[in-house]
Amino acid sequence: MTVLLDPTSEQSPTIRPRLPRPEKLDGLTIGILDIAKARGDVFLKRLGERLGERGIAFKHYAKPTNTRVAPLPLRQQIATEVNLVIEGLSD
Amino acid sequence: MSSTPQDGLIAVVKRDCQTCELTAPVLGELARRVGLQVYTQDDPSFPETVSGRIDDTGSRYIASLEDRGRADAAPHRARARNRPHLWLGPRRVERIAGIAGLGLDLPASRPGCGAKNTEPGVIERLKIRFNETGLKSRRIAIGEDEDEQEAMYERGWSDGLPLVPPTEERVLRMLDGTSRDPQEVIGLIPPALLPATVEKIAVNAVMAGCKPEYLPVVLAAVEAVLEEGFAMHGVLATTMFVGPVVVVNGPIRRRIGMNAKGNVLGQGNRANGAIGRALQLVIRNIGGGRPQEVDRATLGNPGKYTCCFAEDEEGSCWEPLSVERGMKPGQSAVTVFAGFGLQGIVDQKSREPESLARSFAESLKAIHNVKLAPCCDALLVICPEHERTFRNAGWSKARLYEELYKLCEIPGEELVAGAKGIAEGGPASLAGKTVNKFRPGGLMIVRAGGGAGMFSGIIGGWSQGGPHGSIPIIKEVRN
Repeated sequence: MTVLLDPTSEQSPTIRPRLPRPEKLDGLTIGILDIAKARGDVFLKRLGERLGERGIAFKHYAKPTNTRVAPLPLRQQIATEVNLVIEGLSD
Repeated sequence: MSSTPQDGLIAVVKRDCQTCELTAPVLGELARRVGLQVYTQDDPSFPETVSGRIDDTGSRYIASLEDRGRADAAPHRARARNRPHLWLGPRRVERIAGIAGLGLDLPASRPGCGAKNTEPGVIERLKIRFNETGLKSRRIAIGEDEDEQEAMYERGWSDGLPLVPPTEERVLRMLDGTSRDPQEVIGLIPPALLPATVEKIAVNAVMAGCKPEYLPVVLAAVEAVLEEGFAMHGVLATTMFVGPVVVVNGPIRRRIGMNAKGNVLGQGNRANGAIGRALQLVIRNIGGGRPQEVDRATLGNPGKYTCCFAEDEEGSCWEPLSVERGMKPGQSAVTVFAGFGLQGIVDQKSREPESLARSFAESLKAIHNVKLAPCCDALLVICPEHERTFRNAGWSKARLYEELYKLCEIPGEELVAGAKGIAEGGPASLAGKTVNKFRPGGLMIVRAGGGAGMFSGIIGGWSQGGPHGSIPIIKEVRN
């Protein structure tokens, strides 16, 4: 019998269920996060306009660069100011 | 086997030792006249002069000594519980036996040979048997009917190629390659941000095929990619091509036999191959960074199996990359760069540095897309025959950097979206401006490769480079 040493971190991630999707957007404030991908700003600006046309409150946010995770203050700001977030993930 | 005596004369011998053979008659006399226990480390029938020999081919006696690491020669004799000593000849034999004249025909002194416990793997096996390894990793028993390789593949440990099974013995030997505490945490490995101890990195280094003496380089490379500026999470998660490229400088390169010459970026050198692979396995197994999961690369590049090489410092007229980046000459260091693949530069006709620099610049301007600037950082690997052109003309590395930055200025008109019939590009406002392909400091130059061929290469980078991408990081290699 061969005994091997486990090369992994030996930890299993906790799987957290996603929050349920809201049934409607009325009365909610939506965050729109531009992660700084090319042309993401174009798409997200238009999305904001469409939300505005429907009378839904929204706020724009932007990451300084797509290569790194969002700075903590930005994450905290988003978490305290809006109810849900839309972000443009790729080009 | 009888238990280890609490006191009395003991001899530990091997047949495969001329000094032991020489003492066989005296051992017989001692056994008969004053009592002696003989432990035989290799051949239980030796020495024939002593009846009641104890078979210690499993090194159990040595294992029972408190200070077994000191029992490093055969033959040795000991008062039980005392530190073992070498057998020293007739006077000592006479004294310990208390018998005048015994052993007078022995030479005054004679070297012993290495005791069995000093042979490769024996001490490691003893530590494992007595549960003294100090290793904390979970043990995974592979059944006799299981294929080790298949078992490792099934557990998802492999990058696609076979692995060296990380047994306790191999990991213990790997840890001999560093003086660092096996439980020291080097950092948190993305994407899962889980702790990498020296031991866990050693387990992955074993699997990658490293020798113990490579481990300090692997540790330095892991430390380097974990620096915030390198942005390892992004380098892993990006849809772009890149992975960590490791450049090694300083005396460690030659000590561990790295390749800096022919086929330097290719296959065939164990250290080059295994060090880069170990780094990738650390990301995969400790951090959980796997392709088509958090690694979102569209194409990736073959260097994501391994990409590590040494600079040819001895052959270069320029200061090594490590010195250029702040290390002292003679200091071993690794530089990590988020890079991909190789874009060759073929120039077999330039004999003047101006011409060759223009060749380099035109190729550099093509990275990612001729329409994109500023673009990523780049690592320029200059072959010996190209370096010779600059050397003969007296161009320093600083001069070459300066000329290349100048030559990589691009008229904004060429970069505007739609120019050259290509939709990719920047805003119309670039027209009338000049844009450099690289941020200041975004180029790095090393010399490496075989002596024949006017073929240099560009290792392209990621995103925009610098603070908006990945910053190359240098770390000293510590033992």
